[in-house]
Amino acid sequence: MRTPDLIVSAVANTFRSKTRTALTVVAIFVGGFTLTLTSGMGTGINAYIDDTVTGIGASDVMTVTKVSESAGTGFGGDSGPAEYNPDAIDSGQVGQGTVIALTPDDLDTLAGIDGVLDVQATKSISADYIVVGDGTPYVVGVGALVEGQTLQLAAGEAPDDASDAFEVVLPVSYVEPLGFAENADAVGRSVTIALTDAERTRHLVEATIVGVAEEGIASPAGASIVPNDALTDELYATQNIGLPSDLTERYAQASVWFASDATDAQIAALKERLADAGYSGTTVADQLGAFTTVIDGIVLVLNAFAVIALLAASFGIVNTLLMSVQERTREIGLMKAMGMGSGKVFGLFSLEATFIGLLGSGIGVILGMLAGTAISSVLSTGLLADLPGLTLIAFDPVSIVVIVLVVMGVAFLAGTLPAARAAKADPVESLRYE
Amino acid sequence: MDTPILSVRDVHKTYGSGQSRFEALKGVSFDVPEGQSVAIVGKSGSGKSTLMHLLALLDAPSGGSIALEGTDTRTLRGSRLNRTRNKTFGFVFQQFFLTPRASVLDNVILPLKIAGVGRAERKRRGMAALEQLELADKARNRAVDLSGGQKQRAVIARALVNNPRIIFADEPTGNLDSVTGAIVEDILFGLNREKGITLFVVTHDEELAARCDRRVYIRDGLLVEDSVAVAA
Repeated sequence: MRTPDLIVSAVANTFRSKTRTALTVVAIFVGGFTLTLTSGMGTGINAYIDDTVTGIGASDVMTVTKVSESAGTGFGGDSGPAEYNPDAIDSGQVGQGTVIALTPDDLDTLAGIDGVLDVQATKSISADYIVVGDGTPYVVGVGALVEGQTLQLAAGEAPDDASDAFEVVLPVSYVEPLGFAENADAVGRSVTIALTDAERTRHLVEATIVGVAEEGIASPAGASIVPNDALTDELYATQNIGLPSDLTERYAQASVWFASDATDAQIAALKERLADAGYSGTTVADQLGAFTTVIDGIVLVLNAFAVIALLAASFGIVNTLLMSVQERTREIGLMKAMGMGSGKVFGLFSLEATFIGLLGSGIGVILGMLAGTAISSVLSTGLLADLPGLTLIAFDPVSIVVIVLVVMGVAFLAGTLPAARAAKADPVESLRYE
Repeated sequence: MDTPILSVRDVHKTYGSGQSRFEALKGVSFDVPEGQSVAIVGKSGSGKSTLMHLLALLDAPSGGSIALEGTDTRTLRGSRLNRTRNKTFGFVFQQFFLTPRASVLDNVILPLKIAGVGRAERKRRGMAALEQLELADKARNRAVDLSGGQKQRAVIARALVNNPRIIFADEPTGNLDSVTGAIVEDILFGLNREKGITLFVVTHDEELAARCDRRVYIRDGLLVEDSVAVAA
C-alpha cells in the first residue's frame, strides 16, 4: 500500500465510527485547549515582563547607591535606630529609606572600579506642577531615562537627548486633563513645568511635547513626564539655584554600565567589588528575577494539569482503537490475507491514532486561541485595566506548532498498543471470527 | 507434463501442544494442474478449511511441503510472501467480508490498493471487474445496501480485480438462496473455463462439488477420496 493511500484510508477509517471518534477527539481537545491557554498565558505574561524589563532599564545597567546603615535591610534587619548621618538623603525609592548621597568623589571611585564602563549620576528633580497655557495645573513627577531604556509610546516619539530643544514625553493619563482630545493632539504642543528653587522662588520652564507614553507596571516614567537631557539639565539647574555648589552635586543614585555580554558570574563579581567599596548595585534582573520565577512556576503547574488531561485522553485513544481493532478483526484479516504486510497494518492504525490527535489538538488550539484572545481582551478592559500593555494570553506560532506536534506524538504513542495488536493478528484466526 | 500450479506433499498440520495437541491434517498429498476446478469436500472439523488456509499460504504446514509452480512455499517470507498472495490469489468467503460503509468500488479495489496501484488505474480496473459482474451501476452504493447475491458478486469482483491465477472460494453459496447461489456458481465456473483461473471450492454441498472437475474428500485430516470427473 502506498503511503498516501495509507493516510487517506486511516483518515477515512477515523470517520467510520463518528460518535466514538468524536468523543475521543473531545478528550484530546480538552488537553490541547488547556495546553494552549496555559502556554499562551506564559507567553503573554513573559512577553509583558520582557517589555517591562527593557522599560525598567537596559540589561547592562546597574543602579548603584551608597549603603547607609538602614538601607536594604528591610524588616528584621539591624535592630535599633540608625545613627544620624549628615550625608544621608532620601533615596526616593520605596523600601529603601535613606541612602547616603553620592558625591563627585563617589562617582570617580565608581568609575575606577574594575568592570565599570561608565557612570552617570541620576539627577532627581521634583517639579511643582505642569500646565498647558492658562489651563488647570496638575502635580507631576519627573522621571529619567538612561541609555538602553525604552518607553512604550502611545503616540509621537521618545525624547531626543541629542537635541538642544527642551523636549518632554507625557504620560497617557495627563493627555485629557491637560485639555488634549487625543494622544496625537498633544504631540508638538507646548507645556509649562513649574518648579521651586532652593530660595523658594518659583520658575517656569517651557517644553515641547514630543510623545505620549503608556504607563506600564514598571515603565521608567510611570505617571511621570520624561524630559530629554537638555530639559533635565535645565530643570536640575533651575531647581538648584541658590544652593551652595557642594550641595548641588549630590545624587541619590547613579547608573553604572558594565559589559553587555557579562555573564551572571561576572555581574556577581562586580556587585562584590561594589559592595567592598561600600556601594550597593541592583540590576534589572535582580528586580524582576523573583517575579519571572513565580510566573514560570505557575505556568509550569498549569501545564502539568494540561498534560494530565492529555494523559487521560491518551487512554481514551487506546480504548477507542482497541475497540476499533476488535470490530475490524475480519477486515484486518482480509487485508493481511490479500497480502498487506504487518508493518502497513501497524501504520494504518497508528496513523489513525495520530490523526485523532491532530483533530483534537487542532480544534483545541484554534478554540484555545479564540478563547484566549477573548479572555485577554475582556480582562484588559476590566480586571487588568490597570496594567496597560499586558496581553494576558498571547500566542507564538512556534509553541502552538509544538503543542500540536506533542499531542500528535502522545496520540501516536497511545495508538501503538492497539496498532501492534492489529499487526500481530493472524489472518486465519481473524477470518474465522464471526 | 506442465509443472502443477500447486503441489501438496505429505502435508501435516498440528495445533497446540501437549494434551491440547490436535492434528488437523495427517499427511495429505495431491497435485493440481493450472486451470482445474477442485472441490475440497468434507464435514466441518474434517480439516478442509485448514487445507485451504495452507494452500492459500495463510498458514504454514507443520510438516510436508507445498510448492507453488515448483517453488517451495517455505522459501517465501515477509514481503515476498505478501506480494505472492496479493498477485496470485483471489478470495471469496461465505461471510463476504465487505467493509459495510465503504462503497462497493472501494471494497473491490482493496487488493489493488494493497498492491500499490495508482488511483486512476485502480478505478479503471475496479470498474472493469464490476462491469464483468454486472454491478457497475452499484459502484457508488455502500456495500451494506446490497442484497446477498449482489454482495457475493462484489466479493467475486474483488477476488478478480487483480487478475489472480487461483481463486479460493470458501462455501461461496452458503449464505445465498438456491437461485442466487446457482448464479454465483455459474459466474465462478465461467471464470474457471474462460480465463483458465484455477478454482478451489471448499464446501460440504455435494451438488456444488459435482460441478467441479475434481473432488477431493477430506475426513479426519486424511484425503479419503480423490476423483477426477468431467464438469457436468
